[in-house]
Amino acid sequence: MSSTVPGAVKRPGRSQQPRRPRGRRPGGRGWVAPVLLILPTVIVIGVFVYGLIGSNIHTSLQDRHNIGPSQGFAGLDNYRDLFTDDDFIYSLRNLMLYTATFLVGTLSLGFLWAWLLERKARGESLFRAIYLFPMAVSFVASGVVWRWLLNNAEGDRASGLNRLFETLHLDFLQNPWWTNERWGILAIAVPAIWQLSGYVMALFLAGFRGIPEELREAARIDGASEWQLYRHVIFPQLSPVALSAIIIIGHMSLKVFDLIMAIAGQTNYTTQVPATQMWVEFTRGDYAKSAAIGTVLLLIVAILIVPYLVSTYRQERRR
Amino acid sequence: MTTEAIPAAVASRVPGQRSRGVARTIKYILLIGFALVVLLPAYVLFVTSFKGIGDATPTNAWKLPESWETAGWARAWEQLGPALGRTFAMVIPATIISSVLGSMNGFVLSKWRFPGADVVFTLILFGMFIPYQAVMVPLVQLMGNLGVPSGVPSLIVLHVVYGLPITTLIFRNYYAGVPVELIEAARVDGAGMLRTYASVILPISAPAFVVALMWQFTSAWNDYLFALFFSTSQNGPVTIALNFLASGQLQDYSASMAGALIASVPTLIIYILLGRYFVGGLMAGSVKG
Repeated sequence: MSSTVPGAVKRPGRSQQPRRPRGRRPGGRGWVAPVLLILPTVIVIGVFVYGLIGSNIHTSLQDRHNIGPSQGFAGLDNYRDLFTDDDFIYSLRNLMLYTATFLVGTLSLGFLWAWLLERKARGESLFRAIYLFPMAVSFVASGVVWRWLLNNAEGDRASGLNRLFETLHLDFLQNPWWTNERWGILAIAVPAIWQLSGYVMALFLAGFRGIPEELREAARIDGASEWQLYRHVIFPQLSPVALSAIIIIGHMSLKVFDLIMAIAGQTNYTTQVPATQMWVEFTRGDYAKSAAIGTVLLLIVAILIVPYLVSTYRQERRR
Repeated sequence: MTTEAIPAAVASRVPGQRSRGVARTIKYILLIGFALVVLLPAYVLFVTSFKGIGDATPTNAWKLPESWETAGWARAWEQLGPALGRTFAMVIPATIISSVLGSMNGFVLSKWRFPGADVVFTLILFGMFIPYQAVMVPLVQLMGNLGVPSGVPSLIVLHVVYGLPITTLIFRNYYAGVPVELIEAARVDGAGMLRTYASVILPISAPAFVVALMWQFTSAWNDYLFALFFSTSQNGPVTIALNFLASGQLQDYSASMAGALIASVPTLIIYILLGRYFVGGLMAGSVKG
């Protein structure tokens, strides 16, 4: 363990010394100093995260639909209005479709790439760099090129990917991309998958490298087939990595905003999600509706995140 | 595509030179094929940015420029130049401050603990995952009340504040691997908390700093959401300027694509130079985490 920390190794003999008994810390100095050190962060997070979430919920319960002050308490009216509004239901549906596609896409590509690179492939670092680089680019910058690639013109006027499909005699692949009312949102998942599969690959690669070689050897000696090796040794070892990937990609996906703004713009109906609606309502000055959409989004993310945080917390406690 | 690869992998178990060679070939075909697909948008960006105005037609979409022109780059630079300067002025302090604070938090939460440290850590971590839409309406009001000016100052504050959870996480996970003996030794020598942090922990923190600085730099540089709410195209960062350039009425493709490349250069350079450490840091963070 100690050898993983650079600089920590050059102290031979230290660890052989008899351990000082625990709880030896002089009283008083014990926990006042660390609490003081972390206090600024605790206060700032307390205000900017928890305080503002509370304040946002408060705003969402007000009758405050223009720049002026609240016209009074509205209870859950704003939420009822949202969930009876077809536009908002459509946004939620879009968000779910997008998230499912984004997750399946990045996890399968990320795993496949890591699997291909796992056993010392020649030029591994080059491939890794190529697969990873889109992650460094902002959604706004990649949106510029993807708006061009996902141009919805077909036939003679086709440009972008549709033109490429025509040149390759794959005309049947031509489609209206993000302007399609039913599946348009899936076109937005394409650049998102392009951007983050490399990240998931890096996670899986780290996971593969964390599997001790002895485990594989042992399985082989026991006569396990390649499939059995994966089924019983590799996959179980990778499942924590897969879980982190799902949490990270999932919460990013639920917050999708930049990419849609850059490719389709804020007023485009077919790619509408809660985050873009929230921005539009905000610019209109409908603060209560805007705050209500924000709260709904928080609840959706919390369904994914809170169980994860609670289980991480329990694991830490057990240590 | 994958259906071909699976039997190939099984076959590689057979100690035959031939099947092993086939599996290897399929593997490289796949690796190169995927690399080409991933590089496709980069090709489009690069080629289109050098096209003249009449050259960016649908029929020429995938072709090389008829003549390589830099007018698009000049137009992009004119529009993005000032915003680039503002982005650096915003990102550098935000990155450094949040990383240093994250390092101190990580130390306190892993190696100089206090009662309830795990609860505090979990509560801080939650801040990393929240959709900022859930705080945005009151946040605009709060920043106004605090009198923080729109543009660079506001964005520094916001990237520091909302960067704290992730930097704290990175350093805490990293310090969790530091042997307790090191801390104990410093204590025996009579070092207090700050001395221990400065003389024992800080000198071995370089790998965690690389990851935290990279992460923070990239996310602040690439941010669009906060920039949209807290700046204008006059005082905002490069993402705002780029979107303004790219969504103009007349679609200036060569300038937009040149602009996208200009806006991506700093983060790309960081990834190319430090990508290795980034993947290494991910290993430390995710596998141990």
